[in-house]
Amino acid sequence: MNALISTAVFGIVLMFIGLFVKNRQHIKYYAVAGTIIAFIANWFDAQLVTNGSVVLHNMIEVSKFSVLFNAVAITATFLYFVLCGSAFEKAGDDVADYFALTFFILAGITLSGSFYNLLMLFLAIEIISIPQYILAGVDKKNLKSNEASLKYFLMGSFTTGILLMGIALIYGATGTFNIREMGLGTGDLSPLALCGIILLGFALAFKVSAAPFHFWTPDVYDGSPTVFTAFMATVVKAAGFIAFMRLFHVSFAGGNLSTHWQLIIAIITAATLLIGNFTAVFQQSVKRMLAYSSIAQAGFMLFAIVAVNERSSQGIILYSVAYSVATIGVFAILLKLKDYTFEGYNGLAQKHPVLALVNTIFLLSLAGIPLTAGFFAKYFVLSAAVQQGQLLWLVILAVLCAAVSAYYYFRVIIAMYFKAGDAETSEPITIGFKAVLVVGAGIIILLGIFPNLLLQFL
Amino acid sequence: MLTVLLILLPLITGLITFGTKGASAKVLSLLSSLATLVIAVIAWLKFKTAPDALQFTVDWIPQLGTQFNVGLDGMGVMLILLTAISFPLIFITIFSRNYERSGAFYGLMLLSQAGLIGVFTAYDALLFYMFWELALIPVYFLCSMWGGERAVPVTFKFFVYTFAGSLLMLVGIIYIYSQTPGGSFSWTTFTSMQLSSTEQSWLFWLFFVAFAIKMPVFPFHTWQPDTYEQSPTPVTMVLSGIMVKMGLFAVVRWLLPVLPKGAYMWQEAAIVLSVIGIIYASCIAIMQSDIKRLIAYSSIAHIGLMSAAIFANNEQSMQGVMVQMFNHGINIIGLWMLVEVIQNRLNTKNMNEMGGIATHAPKLAIALVIVSFANIALPLTNGFIGEFLMFSGLFQYNPWFAAVAGVAVILSAVYMLRMLQKVIFGEANAQTASMRDLKAGEILAIGVVVAVIFILGFYPKPLLELVNSTSLLVNAINFK
Repeated sequence: MNALISTAVFGIVLMFIGLFVKNRQHIKYYAVAGTIIAFIANWFDAQLVTNGSVVLHNMIEVSKFSVLFNAVAITATFLYFVLCGSAFEKAGDDVADYFALTFFILAGITLSGSFYNLLMLFLAIEIISIPQYILAGVDKKNLKSNEASLKYFLMGSFTTGILLMGIALIYGATGTFNIREMGLGTGDLSPLALCGIILLGFALAFKVSAAPFHFWTPDVYDGSPTVFTAFMATVVKAAGFIAFMRLFHVSFAGGNLSTHWQLIIAIITAATLLIGNFTAVFQQSVKRMLAYSSIAQAGFMLFAIVAVNERSSQGIILYSVAYSVATIGVFAILLKLKDYTFEGYNGLAQKHPVLALVNTIFLLSLAGIPLTAGFFAKYFVLSAAVQQGQLLWLVILAVLCAAVSAYYYFRVIIAMYFKAGDAETSEPITIGFKAVLVVGAGIIILLGIFPNLLLQFL
Repeated sequence: MLTVLLILLPLITGLITFGTKGASAKVLSLLSSLATLVIAVIAWLKFKTAPDALQFTVDWIPQLGTQFNVGLDGMGVMLILLTAISFPLIFITIFSRNYERSGAFYGLMLLSQAGLIGVFTAYDALLFYMFWELALIPVYFLCSMWGGERAVPVTFKFFVYTFAGSLLMLVGIIYIYSQTPGGSFSWTTFTSMQLSSTEQSWLFWLFFVAFAIKMPVFPFHTWQPDTYEQSPTPVTMVLSGIMVKMGLFAVVRWLLPVLPKGAYMWQEAAIVLSVIGIIYASCIAIMQSDIKRLIAYSSIAHIGLMSAAIFANNEQSMQGVMVQMFNHGINIIGLWMLVEVIQNRLNTKNMNEMGGIATHAPKLAIALVIVSFANIALPLTNGFIGEFLMFSGLFQYNPWFAAVAGVAVILSAVYMLRMLQKVIFGEANAQTASMRDLKAGEILAIGVVVAVIFILGFYPKPLLELVNSTSLLVNAINFK
């Protein structure tokens, strides 16, 4: 709850800071300070509130899981600000506003792991989405940015309608918005409730860009200014999954309720894995490849939703960290390059060995190679699915897709190390930037050896 | 603790070597590999007196129930010795050469050694998987960065192949893990699982494909000749001498004891694939003019025989495989050393451009003859005892398989002798006439190989004794 308040307040504060701070380059320091304060506030949540207590008139539930996820999201945002903060200044004129919008997104994210009421779910999704529509279109003179914004907005608002419809049907069937009091698992499932569940599933699948609801993703991620894509594709996406999982595991599981939707989500998972991985193979621009890779990674995260057990919540937390940190790192390095195609990476290892090394670690983690956090992330979600039973076909499909994913991640590594080239950077690489990247890579390796460093908080 | 030290020493020195430059990297890695050899020998002695002291267990990820569980049995000690002997030999052979960015080169070599030792010592399935992958990554970078002109795509194929295989194995591991009571990855739990026949029957393939790609067994071998040809020779030595043993080792350590019924069901299929591989690879080897490709194909044939003998699974074949794992490693590393010397001096891999080495570089020629004969498994060389045991075991299983595989012995004589004839006899050309004979360092390294060939050829008893416990253990498993 503290995390929600502090991020929302800081969003407003940053809007006003834009009026008073004349030097645009200083604004990012305020934003970084904001994430630190939010982190501390979140830490107080963990200390002061007992696990599972409900606050704000039955609207929010503070649990170990939600606090941990908030901490992860805030830390990832901190890394993002530190690594990509200077790129905000190049995106447009209203730097303070962009930071403010990011904080509003963060406020929505803190809700996504702790909503106790379907209305709060709706608010969380909307608070996350609306600032993104704006951020996607920040590059006003760029046609692609305009297209991204408009496309995202139209598709997003359409999905919002579906989401609301689903909530309404569920309310009609159960008479409550409270996610723990629906009691859907006890008797026979009414058609009304089933429709509601499926509509909610589709709406959330859209938000996490699962196939076949993924069509907006490549265009929006590619068209938006890269610095904002980095945020949309990482922390925001993880938050979508957290909300998805919370709703489906709390309200729509229990009894044999989950059998009604499990197969649908499993098929969505299979489609997402296939489309994401195989399309990523054919991309020429690294930015677009990362867009498809984010779809592919979403396929793995969907495993956590298909499998209803404790391991899947461990898996999704680990996945959020592994995926967010690695992808933010890869984007941060991409932002420094002049050329966003694979050729743009040629010869980076000679010119900037540290950047090439950490980029390699991030990419290995995304591919799921052992000793990186990405391996355990994949391991946990897959083993959750095996534990669930009946899903072995999906698991085998997933590992084959993981082998495919090695292809496009290694293309970047091959370009950096084994191809001659210039790898021009658009701005000088500072020591501080490198240091933060090394810290990120350190987190990835550390969690790749001792995942319980994170899981012990659960 | 000794076992942990065996993994940590190359790991830590490897990481340190990354920061060094030029000659210091060479010296450091040579010293590190010699130290590892000393520890390996101590471990061997310890194994004779107090084998339990080599076990080491500590909790690793309590949420999963996985432990850092390492230890050594007879086969483990044997493979550790092979690894520990090979690396100093490799480093001595290439001591006079200067690699670009030598810190990274030697660092990666040592990391791959750490990974290999990890694979041979892991007694926890998840740990085993991690090391299995870890051994691959340094080799990927070594081959791509210091390999031939086609190295990048070729090595990438190798990587994707093995990565896909090991992911399938991961699914198998996860499945068995999910069936264990309370969730454990330990070897003891895995082997005591009584999985049903249907489960074992499909689990078998998840594991077998992963191991078959690594060995490689026909039809999963297509990555191998290209990779051996394009890799820098020291890396080829690691790949063919030690890394392919990972596949054989894994079958003996993990596949047979964990899935005995599955192995029994598919025994015939696995042997048929292996035997096809033997004949197929031998025939192609005869047609090669590139010396590296010839040895690569000969390696497929030899590994095929070992794989067939493992699945024949009787006492003799098992012992033969264990002995041959060691001897094949030594012999093939010896062959690659000589190829490295020849290629370095003549700047060619094409056998048609060689010839007349016998008169101009007699020591080299003699060494090549001895190592080739050991590779053909002539009596009184180390190769003989292993092949003899394997054939006799295979014969007990089914005479027909033994007969078909036996053709491979003749074929191997054909291609090895043909190679000798082309390389060392015949007319000398301008290049070979001015060829320098072996230098002191090279004589030392190859001398060790030749000595091992003769000693184990005359007196294989220590090796047989060492692996006896493992082969008995595997035979004790009830396969029906």
